[in-house]
Amino acid sequence: MKEITLHLNGEVRRIAVAPHETLLEVLRERLGITTPKSGCGRGDCGACTVLLEGKAVRSCLILAIETDGQRVTTLEGIGEDGPTALQQEFVKRNAFQCGFCASGIVLAASALLKENPQPNEGEIREALAGNLCRCTGYEPIVAAVRAVARRNAGKKRVAKRARS
Amino acid sequence: MNTNKVVGTPSIRVDGLEKVTGAALYADDLPFGPGLLHAVVVESPHAHAKIKSINTSTAEKAPGVVRVVTGRDFPYKFGLYMQDRFIFPQDRVRFVGEQVAAVIAETPEAALRAARLVKVTYEPLAAVLNLADALCKDAVTIHPDLANYERVPWFFPRAGTNIAHWRKTRKGDIEKGFRQADYILEDTYTVPRYAHCPMETHAVTGWFDLSGRLTLWASSQSPYAQRGVMAVALKPFGLSHQDIRIITPYVGGGFGGKAGVSMEIIGAVLAIAMKGRPVRLHWTREQEFKNTSQRQGVVARVKMGVKKDGRITALEHTLHWDAGASAEYGANVVNAVGLSATGPYRIPNVKIDSVCVYTNMPPCGAYRGFGYSEFHFGLESHLTRIAKALGMDPVEIRKVNAIREGDTLAYGAKMNPGNLVEAIDRVAKEIRWGRKEKSGSTRAVGKAVACFWKAPAMPPNASSAAYLKFNEDGSLNLAVSGMEIGQGFLTVMAQIASEVLTVPVSKIRVETPDTDRNAYEWQTVGSHVTWSCGNAVRAAAEEVKAKVLATVARAKKLKAADLYLEAEHVKNRRDKSFALPLREFVIDGIMLADGRYVGGPIHGTGMFMPEFTSALGDPETSQGGHPNVHYTVGAAGLVLEVDKETGKLKVRKVALAADVGQAVNPDLVRGQVVGGMLQGLATALYEDIRYAPDGRLLNPNFTDYKIPTTLDCPDKIVSIMLETPQPDGPFGARGIGEHTMIPAAPTIADALEDAVGIRLKTLPITAEKVALALNGIEYDDVKGDHLGFCFIGRPSDYSFEIG
Repeated sequence: MKEITLHLNGEVRRIAVAPHETLLEVLRERLGITTPKSGCGRGDCGACTVLLEGKAVRSCLILAIETDGQRVTTLEGIGEDGPTALQQEFVKRNAFQCGFCASGIVLAASALLKENPQPNEGEIREALAGNLCRCTGYEPIVAAVRAVARRNAGKKRVAKRARS
Repeated sequence: MNTNKVVGTPSIRVDGLEKVTGAALYADDLPFGPGLLHAVVVESPHAHAKIKSINTSTAEKAPGVVRVVTGRDFPYKFGLYMQDRFIFPQDRVRFVGEQVAAVIAETPEAALRAARLVKVTYEPLAAVLNLADALCKDAVTIHPDLANYERVPWFFPRAGTNIAHWRKTRKGDIEKGFRQADYILEDTYTVPRYAHCPMETHAVTGWFDLSGRLTLWASSQSPYAQRGVMAVALKPFGLSHQDIRIITPYVGGGFGGKAGVSMEIIGAVLAIAMKGRPVRLHWTREQEFKNTSQRQGVVARVKMGVKKDGRITALEHTLHWDAGASAEYGANVVNAVGLSATGPYRIPNVKIDSVCVYTNMPPCGAYRGFGYSEFHFGLESHLTRIAKALGMDPVEIRKVNAIREGDTLAYGAKMNPGNLVEAIDRVAKEIRWGRKEKSGSTRAVGKAVACFWKAPAMPPNASSAAYLKFNEDGSLNLAVSGMEIGQGFLTVMAQIASEVLTVPVSKIRVETPDTDRNAYEWQTVGSHVTWSCGNAVRAAAEEVKAKVLATVARAKKLKAADLYLEAEHVKNRRDKSFALPLREFVIDGIMLADGRYVGGPIHGTGMFMPEFTSALGDPETSQGGHPNVHYTVGAAGLVLEVDKETGKLKVRKVALAADVGQAVNPDLVRGQVVGGMLQGLATALYEDIRYAPDGRLLNPNFTDYKIPTTLDCPDKIVSIMLETPQPDGPFGARGIGEHTMIPAAPTIADALEDAVGIRLKTLPITAEKVALALNGIEYDDVKGDHLGFCFIGRPSDYSFEIG
């Protein structure tokens, strides 16, 4: 066992982990963080997606011991001032059905929008291709991300006009 | 005209915020503290074998292990419609992956390690891995005690064989029907097994407390049905319904796979084995594939006779289903198809034989569509082929034969309202039927239109109930036991209550089920809960409304008949100035001039049972009963692009029209159309389950069993809702959850033929098969054994003979 330090959702958490424990296991079983879901255990489905140093990763494929000292953000840790614009858009569009894939998709889409605030539909679909959803046919999920991207584009235009 | 204010509007889902914030909890998310025990099962490596001995002593001594449980501890069977499934097998295992023992330990790791130390000695038996072997003259019988199994009265198993059920439907004179035909086509179609693949695998935590009460937290579509099955199976422990409590938090997708009971009963007995401590069992993805239920594979022989004008004179439809090692639920799928395999057409002479066959493959059960996707593939493919042979328009032949309200169904009952002809016209128009799209040298485009219908398959006494109560602020709690499996059930129930009581949806909290607290619901299956539970909720809301108006009438000395509800107020038709807010009196009552109060906490209950149904038809003809409540009909049109070099298929557009009676929430109906259509297209195009020659599942994961991603969607999906009201539905509503998958496969097969002239009769229609067929090569000739098989060999060799 080795003690690691995680910067988890803005808090410092220290925990002793075994070398073979995955980040998903440590989050769910040891730290009480339940939004990353276990859907396949082998990186196929994306339900366990978390942000590691801001990047969307599959927590079932990462050993907890590797994340010592790093910033880990789960769905619990986003939207400090209530639901983010993206989350609100998902709600408005009834984007999820059973909701089991939602935390992974919200995080994967958040990471995409941070890196590329105005993704086109192809870029959105590419970025979310590793997050499986069996219910929705993806249509409202992609539409919600596009809506935020369009709003970001609008903001950018306003900012540009303000500068000129 | 829709005069409703809430029903028929696209309300935001009541569970939306919970799901995007992660507040929604699923069965495996619930905390049970450090006392929680973890279980792992020991699985059979054989498809069929005698269990000679089980040695648990090494495992029991392994670190962290608290107990090892086998069939000796729990020698009981269970099943929803027929008790043919074993909590732990007794003398023999019947499929690869069957649980023969379970290890309970302090940690999941310790349980997993110790499970490998349980030594089971087997004596392998001849395994029955395809239908021909199962039905041949000297077939090895998988359930020698079949004759003694408890079952529902509408199942007809054949003792001494592998036939778990045989549904026969006979209408008119089949020989005469074929004599009258100008053209007869007969052919075989094959639909393999499929896996549900909900994103959440099955999970259960059981707690048998020190007072002897069993509570289960389960990912389930069927809390009450589970309680019922367990009350029967666990009776030897002195348990009855009152001692068993099932709590179902949010469930991460079901699609039929979480209907009835599968692994939950293992969780129940492990809890009983560990009285006083909670025990958790959580299936891996691999176990989800092989030890819950799959969709049954089917080989279907369709023989259809038609007049020159396209009118169908006779249909002989023979279906042999691979139910796997247990048919406790699958036989009812077979039954449903045996009654409805005419499709939505008026056919005077019908002979249907739907035969449920045991094999040593994983057990099968309910899957979205309940057999209808399977039989529509052959039937609709066949109809298009017949139209082409007659030189007739495939759309026209469907309109000529389309079923209409009042027509006599194959089993003698009358057809309910529904506008199939309009559905056909609307989708044909949407895909510009009749207009040839440009094809290039490497790409060809084809179109197709197919119809569908489906009825809920329910026991005649399947019922729903609802409790509704007010809170002090005028908000409501609605306690029903339909399951929110993603379809939006909670939202739709809130909308129905809101419509009656004028309380906004945002102020109605609908909770997921707890069998101790929420009202009864048979199961959330068959696309029936909007209709059935919706009726119960409406009745409960009407009762609440009557109490509200009566209370105000009594307190204010008014006539209840003059009072009505509007925007959370009681108003008076005779006095426009009168407006009493609900929140002022629905709990505390109304104060009279002398300081006394009248009224009190207002609540209501409602129930619904379709009292007109009966499953007691003649076993030889199915005539005389009224087994189905109603059908939802519709049609789909599809535009397909074929890459002639690679065989890759791309759906450019798909339009689906369904007569939903009344869309309670059009946005959620669209959700069912888009999601269901993609699930259906995946079964048609690439989901492809494979077994090794020893019965081992070769691809129990998403690397090798592909389900759709964001990159596999049709370019455009159009959802068309028709609304011919269902007379006994809440506000006229009928179900739509399953139907949206059904037309996917036949439209793909037909559009492929339209584009490039090849006809494939075995699903899935993969790029590989298409590319080979375009080069004149049959897939089965070149596939090779290493790619595994599904459940029959070469479909064209299948004889349909029963030994």
